[in-house]
Amino acid sequence: MVFFSYLISGIGLGSVYAIIALGYTMVYGIAKMLNFAHGDVIMVGAYVAFFMLSRFGLPVIPSVLITILATTLLGVTIERLAYKPLRNASKLSVLITAIGVSYFLQNGAQLLWTSSPKIFTSIVGNGSLSLFGGSLTVDYATLLTILVCIIVMVALTLFINHTSTGRAMRACSEDQGAAQLMGIDVNKTISITFAIGSGLAALASVLLCSKYPSISPTLGSMPGIKAFTAAVFGGIGSIPGAFIGGLILGIIENLSKAYISTQLSDAIVFAVLIIILLIKPTGLLGKPMSEKV
Amino acid sequence: MYKKGIEDMKKLLVLLMSVLCVLSLCACSNNSSSGSDSTPADSGNPSAMKIGGSGPLTGGAAIYGIDVRNAAQLAVDEINAAEGYDFFELKFEDDEADPEKSPAAYGVLKDWGMQVSLFTVTSGAGAAVAPDYDADYIFAITPSGSNTALVYSDSTNYKTNFQVCFTDPNQGTGSADYISGHALGSKVAVIYRNDDAYSTSIYETFMAEAAVKGLDVVYEGTFIESDTDFSTQLQAAEAAGADVVFLPIYYAPAAQILTQANNIGYAPVFFGVDGMDGILGLEGFDVALAEGVYLLTPFAADATDDATVHFVTAFEAAYGSTPTQFAADAYDTVYAIYQAAKTAGVNGDSDPTAITDAMIAQFTSMTFEGLTGTATWAENGEVSKSPKAVIITDGVYVSAE
Amino acid sequence: MENVVNAFKKIFDKKHRGRTVSYLIVFAAYILCEVMMLTGNMTSQIRNLLIPCCSYIVASLALNLCVGFSGELSLGHAGFLGVGAFSGAVISGLLVDTIPSGVVRLILAMLVAAALNALLGFLIGIPVLKLQGDYLAIVTLAFCQIIKSLINNIYLGYDNNGIQFSFVENKLALGEGAHTLISGPMGVTGSQRISNFTVGIVLIIIALVIIYNMMYSRNGRAIMAARDNRIAALSVGINVTDTKMLAFVISAALTGAAGALYGLSFSSLSPAKFDFNLSILILVYVVLGGLGNVTGTIIATVILYVLPEMLRSLQDYRMLIYAVILIAIMLITNNQKFIVLSNQFSEKMRNLFKKKGAENHE
Repeated sequence: MVFFSYLISGIGLGSVYAIIALGYTMVYGIAKMLNFAHGDVIMVGAYVAFFMLSRFGLPVIPSVLITILATTLLGVTIERLAYKPLRNASKLSVLITAIGVSYFLQNGAQLLWTSSPKIFTSIVGNGSLSLFGGSLTVDYATLLTILVCIIVMVALTLFINHTSTGRAMRACSEDQGAAQLMGIDVNKTISITFAIGSGLAALASVLLCSKYPSISPTLGSMPGIKAFTAAVFGGIGSIPGAFIGGLILGIIENLSKAYISTQLSDAIVFAVLIIILLIKPTGLLGKPMSEKV
Repeated sequence: MYKKGIEDMKKLLVLLMSVLCVLSLCACSNNSSSGSDSTPADSGNPSAMKIGGSGPLTGGAAIYGIDVRNAAQLAVDEINAAEGYDFFELKFEDDEADPEKSPAAYGVLKDWGMQVSLFTVTSGAGAAVAPDYDADYIFAITPSGSNTALVYSDSTNYKTNFQVCFTDPNQGTGSADYISGHALGSKVAVIYRNDDAYSTSIYETFMAEAAVKGLDVVYEGTFIESDTDFSTQLQAAEAAGADVVFLPIYYAPAAQILTQANNIGYAPVFFGVDGMDGILGLEGFDVALAEGVYLLTPFAADATDDATVHFVTAFEAAYGSTPTQFAADAYDTVYAIYQAAKTAGVNGDSDPTAITDAMIAQFTSMTFEGLTGTATWAENGEVSKSPKAVIITDGVYVSAE
Repeated sequence: MENVVNAFKKIFDKKHRGRTVSYLIVFAAYILCEVMMLTGNMTSQIRNLLIPCCSYIVASLALNLCVGFSGELSLGHAGFLGVGAFSGAVISGLLVDTIPSGVVRLILAMLVAAALNALLGFLIGIPVLKLQGDYLAIVTLAFCQIIKSLINNIYLGYDNNGIQFSFVENKLALGEGAHTLISGPMGVTGSQRISNFTVGIVLIIIALVIIYNMMYSRNGRAIMAARDNRIAALSVGINVTDTKMLAFVISAALTGAAGALYGLSFSSLSPAKFDFNLSILILVYVVLGGLGNVTGTIIATVILYVLPEMLRSLQDYRMLIYAVILIAIMLITNNQKFIVLSNQFSEKMRNLFKKKGAENHE
């Protein structure tokens, strides 16, 4: 039974990684850039949600909607000011800019809101569901996260496969030059992708903080890297891959903490990542890369 | 794949130009400020004694550094107002709590002409400059760096270096004594942050004393700075049957642990150390979760004695936040330096060596009454203060001695 | 006489001009710093930055070898730096009684660190270089995190009876003559600071010699060919994996030596320092200096390393301003109008010099 409770808390952790990974994988799949500032957009979302819920006492649904609006605006602004001018620049230039944006958001948040942590009130309360006469418990935040993850995943898949914007996105991800020749506005498509990715960051921030309630300016960086790893695990660019990658990462992390060593759990997680990439160089569900001559 | 981008020299050109612009801006602001803070020579008063200090003002640990800087500035302002002239002058530099940055911050302070130092806020950054203070013979007293590596190492005792907060060994031993003395529980679990000098050294001394006292430690869990998920550690502690959980950690992760323990319905006795102070002041934290938590702390912001009330009111008025024990320790540190300087009769015009001599002589002989208790100092720079145990009841500290 | 003139011509000819400039810059900086130190004009702040700055220069040169010349984005160089720093500290700590001379111990530590890192680089390179692009970057990042986790769990010390080692849990029971070398997450404390500026400069020169020799050699051309077009390089018979491995191993070894220099310039060292963020920091130096541009890397490293220090008067705002500068530089340098303008500018300058040169000739 103890094993199952470890497994369930692993799934809980993994579901948070998964929802952050969805944002990463979206942007990477289409814009082919590692948006290192994604974790920090989540951080800003967490603060906005905190202010709406705790300071202004708004109900959950309006708070979440305002948070989504705020992060989408932030994401679009970042994209317009920092990434869009670099559309034709080298990949590394974009990477460094993303890192600059990440520094900027972290330090800005620290100046605006101080680095004293704030405690987020879970949007589903702090209770948990008891199973098997109380021998297994699953907290509501985990259940909600998994539920939202699945809904988002299905919605994204439908959106990408069955709308014209989605088709444009797939085209851009395959070949930007050819997409442009087909009359697709590549710039606009990438901007839309960023807007969606940033909107997802709002959901991620509310769910992350419902589970791990402490909010600080550096909140996004480590979950960001882990979620990014999860996205690679599952095959970066693949939406179901991000979900599966997140869950696997969370489970491995928790089980190795429980049965091997809390000190070495990070090393084990990354070692598994390396092994998976050596066996499947593009991740679990990633499309094989073809080399063009 | 990552081909050489556009011509590289242009990048450098821009880099150089932008840096030059910024530097010239900084130089301007430097000049304007240095013009105003020099004390008029004809007032007949001695010049201000220069107190330096460094701590994290940016980055994840900034909350501690900013609290220390603010409280020290508050104390300096109060003293200057009471003296009627600038008795002290404070310069506080950012070291990002990074051992790589603190030597540079130390260099800035030394160039400025620091005569006495508040050392560093964090232990890691402090250990990197501990030998410098000793070598340059500048008196340094840290408000909050609790690791003993700041005041002595395996082979040498840094004679200029002192501490104001409890040392880590002090707290680890005190906690084990309290838990066994008051029979809080039969099986103990420890969850500590193993990439943190503070947490690890309290843990080590706790374990040593626990072995002496015959405490049954059934689970030891660790986490690192970036971890936010403690459910595994808590589940393992519960599975091992622990009814006391010792948390030698700061208040931010402690708040997460209390929340997550509540989520899984695990309710042992939680026991914290001075880093736990501040948990009740966390914005948004449900204080009901901290009900019945024990902690060893030298300072409680809601204490009703005159000194604490005065300090808390003044701090809140000036900076808009409730001071933590870091702030209280920093406030005490400046007043302790003040007491020593007054007794020894040294001031900003004294010979640097004479100031350091006087400070060392005073600190090893005097008794200081501050917000954080009555303190005396040993030759090696460690403070002797007795930790006080409190229990959180209805959202306030209640003495548990 | 003819030979001397020819040799001079070779130093200043177009192909080798970049190399000459970078050596000259390093020498000039060294002399300037030494003069300032001797005349007491150097502030303690700058003095405390010199040695770490040298280590960062070598580390970014090494990373440039990997990212710029070889075209493989590595996010794992912090791990190599960490292994170098810790192995250097251990060597110095072990030999503290046997070899009293600091410089000798420092050089020994750097050599051991370089050798260890070369081996590590080779072992990591076997799986890493099978991958490409972003996946390669992620795997190096993963190795960096693993190395950090492992160093975090090493406990090492010695007493009169010999060396003791334990992993994960601190089981050291040191007796008479105890010296703790590495203490898990607390890292190294109270070690002797034996690094010195001159050795740092020498290390930079060595790095330059190695990198330039490599660039102008057959191997170097193969590496760059493999970077520019992998398939074309394969088709002309270049063993792409081998050439990339060579660059990767040399890069790791240089980073290791830089790490030892870095580690021994501080009295305390914590494994947490050597994380992903440090890799990124060095990468920023390299990208702003220019991929494959040696002189640029040196200058960018110095400027960006010193910049946060120079922003101190901005107090709490300094890291915010640093971020803004970083973004601004990336945007401006990639701005089409700016590129056109600066091309015109450099064209004009070149014409100006050419005219002058022509006049002199007459």
